[in-house]
Amino acid sequence: MLSRNEILQTIDMIDQQHLDIRTITMGISLLSCCDPSAETACRKIYDKICRKAEHLVQTGEEIEREFGIPIVNKRISVTPMALVAGASETSDYVPFAKAMDRAAKACGVNFIGGYSALVQKGMTQADRKLIASIPEALAVTDFVCSSVNVGSTRAGINMDAVRLMGETVKKTAQRTADRDGFGCAKLVVFCNAVEDNPFMAGAFHGVGEAESIINVGVSGPGVVYHALQSVKGRPFDVVAETVKKTAFRITRMGQLVAREASQRLDTPFGIVDLSLAPTPAVGDSVARILEEMGLETCGTHGTTAALALLNDAVKKGGVMASSSVGGLSGAFIPVSEDEGMIAAARSGVLTMDKLEAMTCVCSVGLDMIAIPGDTPAETIAAIIADEAAIGMVNNKTTAVRVIPACGKTVGDTVEMGGLLGTAPVMPVHKESAADFIARGGRIPAPLHSLRN
Amino acid sequence: MNAIVTVIGKDRVGIIADVCAVLAKNKVNVLDISQTVMQEYFTMIMMVDTTEAELSFAELAKLLEEEGKALNLSIRAMREDIFNAMHRI
Repeated sequence: MLSRNEILQTIDMIDQQHLDIRTITMGISLLSCCDPSAETACRKIYDKICRKAEHLVQTGEEIEREFGIPIVNKRISVTPMALVAGASETSDYVPFAKAMDRAAKACGVNFIGGYSALVQKGMTQADRKLIASIPEALAVTDFVCSSVNVGSTRAGINMDAVRLMGETVKKTAQRTADRDGFGCAKLVVFCNAVEDNPFMAGAFHGVGEAESIINVGVSGPGVVYHALQSVKGRPFDVVAETVKKTAFRITRMGQLVAREASQRLDTPFGIVDLSLAPTPAVGDSVARILEEMGLETCGTHGTTAALALLNDAVKKGGVMASSSVGGLSGAFIPVSEDEGMIAAARSGVLTMDKLEAMTCVCSVGLDMIAIPGDTPAETIAAIIADEAAIGMVNNKTTAVRVIPACGKTVGDTVEMGGLLGTAPVMPVHKESAADFIARGGRIPAPLHSLRN
Repeated sequence: MNAIVTVIGKDRVGIIADVCAVLAKNKVNVLDISQTVMQEYFTMIMMVDTTEAELSFAELAKLLEEEGKALNLSIRAMREDIFNAMHRI
């Protein structure tokens, strides 16, 4: 029999500590939609997404209601579109993005990911066409998210693609300048992208995946923060144990919801992504967890060590709670989506360079960072190259999602709205990396890629 | 199916009777009750069986929430599974 305390503890986590399921994401393979006619392909894409995900939102809401746990997002990820669109005889890929957008609206989801290309070693004609269409595709659609993988530990870094993505980010910002460069919030550049990530904007349905799957991303920075408040001043062993226990509980709930959703939608369960995903709400911040460990402000000396402990303890606690763990799994540090990060960035303590160091020990990369609108494309490419290098050498996923805020500079603020939050424009180094980026070619894979 | 119903509100005469009347009307069987009053606030945790209920669980939870509002109480019904998942290996 459950004890009174256990019941009240769970209810308190949901009511007071922002515990929620961050996303149920249905991955759908679109490889069967390839067609020489772009028009037919788009129709097949729309039909297949709508057929597979017809009951996704409704089922999510039912589970929410029955278990009393909020499920914040219901989303869809699809096969990287360059692979599907490549079969069609057309040079304009924007209609494919529009088909995805229409399907997302018909299903009632709030994002659809997979307008993507995987170019870590080289680019096909289709990859080039897709990348060229990204600024337009993100400007004319509402819910489509795009990602491009430019490097991997096995393949090295495709510096031609890095250069191209620097320009693409810049163009996307300009194309959506009227909305503070909102398009860039839907565009991620990856190194070592994972095929089963349920989180946007980087979700896509990898070619190694089944026809369709259910992936679930959990959350819960507020719960971890609250748990750490009860072990003030205690050694790190105690901190790590506390985080592990909390992560276990959060993940068990994710596993339950994932299994239930998978059964009801008659779709195989893929993975639970063990992530601490913050929101801009007060009390739901990863930065505040780091500060609770004893740092005056997130971004000061000690932040990287604190984050390393947190990231590792979350995985250790979560991995036992789920039958299949995957995705990005770790702590997220998106600046605009985290109330504590926003405050730390505003105060000038949290800088790009510190964030870059933090990405070496947590699950993703430079995420949701607004930079001055006049930042050159080469500088953005160089930021991408740095992050990709960290991912490549450390055998982990890294990503860049920066928002060049057109007409704005350091001290200004970009309003993204909703879960995407508010981003103070952060300074970047003024010194040029143009000659470095102009070289192109490939940065070879590191020695430890040869593991066979 | 077992579920946990929690009831929180300002203490007064007849809360248990009111809540149980709603449950009985919907053919929900009460298995266990634990109740206390803390600083004028009434809190009750009930384990119930909803197998005989005519409404779906989601509808039942919604109904209880609405009835709770009318009675000036916060009534929440959640499936037992979520508590077991979180607190039992």
